[in-house]
Amino acid sequence: MSAASIPAARPFQSSLGAKLLALFVVAYACYALGQLDFSWPRFVKGIDNGARFLDRMFPPSFKNWDQLLTGFIESMQIAVLATFFGVLISLPIAILGARNLMPPWATWPARLIVTLCRAFNPVIVAIIFIKAVGFGALAGVLALVMGSIGFVGKLFMEAIEEISMKQIEAIRATGAPFASVVAFGVLPQVMGRLVGFCTYQLDANLRNSTMVGIVGAGGIGGTLFAAFQRFEYDFVLAILITIIAVVLLGELLANYVKRIFNVQS
Amino acid sequence: MSVVLSIQGLTKAYKPGVPVLKGIDLDFDERGLTAIIGSSGTGKSTLVRIINRLVDPGDGTIVFKGEELSHLHGRKLRELRRRIGMVFQEYNLVERLSVMENLLTGRLGYLSPLKAWLRRFPQDDIEHAYQLLDVIGLAKFANQRADSLSGGQRQRVGIARALMQRPELLLADEPTSSLDPKTSVEIMELLKSQGEDHKIPVLVNMHDVELAKRFADRIVGMTGGRVVFDGLPSRLTDDHLKLIYGGEGWLQ
Repeated sequence: MSAASIPAARPFQSSLGAKLLALFVVAYACYALGQLDFSWPRFVKGIDNGARFLDRMFPPSFKNWDQLLTGFIESMQIAVLATFFGVLISLPIAILGARNLMPPWATWPARLIVTLCRAFNPVIVAIIFIKAVGFGALAGVLALVMGSIGFVGKLFMEAIEEISMKQIEAIRATGAPFASVVAFGVLPQVMGRLVGFCTYQLDANLRNSTMVGIVGAGGIGGTLFAAFQRFEYDFVLAILITIIAVVLLGELLANYVKRIFNVQS
Repeated sequence: MSVVLSIQGLTKAYKPGVPVLKGIDLDFDERGLTAIIGSSGTGKSTLVRIINRLVDPGDGTIVFKGEELSHLHGRKLRELRRRIGMVFQEYNLVERLSVMENLLTGRLGYLSPLKAWLRRFPQDDIEHAYQLLDVIGLAKFANQRADSLSGGQRQRVGIARALMQRPELLLADEPTSSLDPKTSVEIMELLKSQGEDHKIPVLVNMHDVELAKRFADRIVGMTGGRVVFDGLPSRLTDDHLKLIYGGEGWLQ
């Protein structure tokens, strides 16, 4: 190779396009900052407000513990029900959507359903269901079931598409009907990962169930929002601490479940 | 002896204009082990897989016990497949299931899906599975996961799974190609003896000529998608082998 064909000295030179893009991003950030009326005095005043807010939060008050408990029990029920039904519905949808098992006329609708379920944040879906079925836990469960289908359905579909087709071929060669091929060829290959997805989804639903309550779909979120409205910031802190504790507990529980099922990939 | 399987004028092309099988005519009797030999890519595997329709045939007819099978689909196809056992090169066991569960999958063609999901196999099938485990010498391994076995053990389980179907024809697609020489001989012995015990024809597709000569009652040599030798192993000469595999340096 001749020396002339090696480009001179600067191997990491960025292209003109990249430079222009960086310039544009910085310029837009400055413009947006100006538009939204962020000024230094306002920021200082904000910090001042924040300090007073924090001050009123301490010490946390657990005197309304019965409200707290009722809210949490409802949140927990929403999370467990949503995970259970979400996973139950995801299974057939994922099998229909797996391109290595199904023809295009089945995979397209199944994939469309999963994409639709993933399209919106659970809070937005919860608002829609509140309009449909009224305030309360049912709306929350329905919203999180949709979220679970979107998440577990997609991951499970991908897990099925990665299985070994040789094992499937052998089961097919015995003359097994499709449902039996699923039971003995597909599920054994993806069961471990499915358990992992389910515990992860339970964990996520526990967190999301505290959120959908804010818009009125039941659970501790409602209690939290009400406490804000009444300026009971000490009760707010009590709720926040409990949420953190419950989410941590949920994670421990998920690890424990994984150990029971001896999950390994 | 009567003809069990009759193949006439069979062709197959995966891509239009590139035929893999160019008109195969073969009849198989109700007994005996037939070895189909030939170099890689001559369509041996395709031929065997067309018989139980893991691969769809092109033109030609395939008649198995009086039934034309090249256009079967749905339930009729499943009913055909459960009468034909198949052994694979890479064993194709369900890795995460136990040896016993793998054997029982051989009965799925006879079990309703509901019973399959509930794992309700007839007692008869379970006893049959234990008998076969004894035959293949793996009775102690019934509850071990299939992926904990060695290659030779896995292939034995693969054969037992095929025999669980109580097949009327046993197909084996390069059953010894992933195994060491000693294990290969054991597997061929098992295929031959099981074929004789159950009085069913066995079709083995392989590329080890010595092994084929030693175990086969009949050898079919293929090259370029055609049958170029069909007869007793004793009649297979070096000239035939040159025709089947091409060249001659490898024979010295």
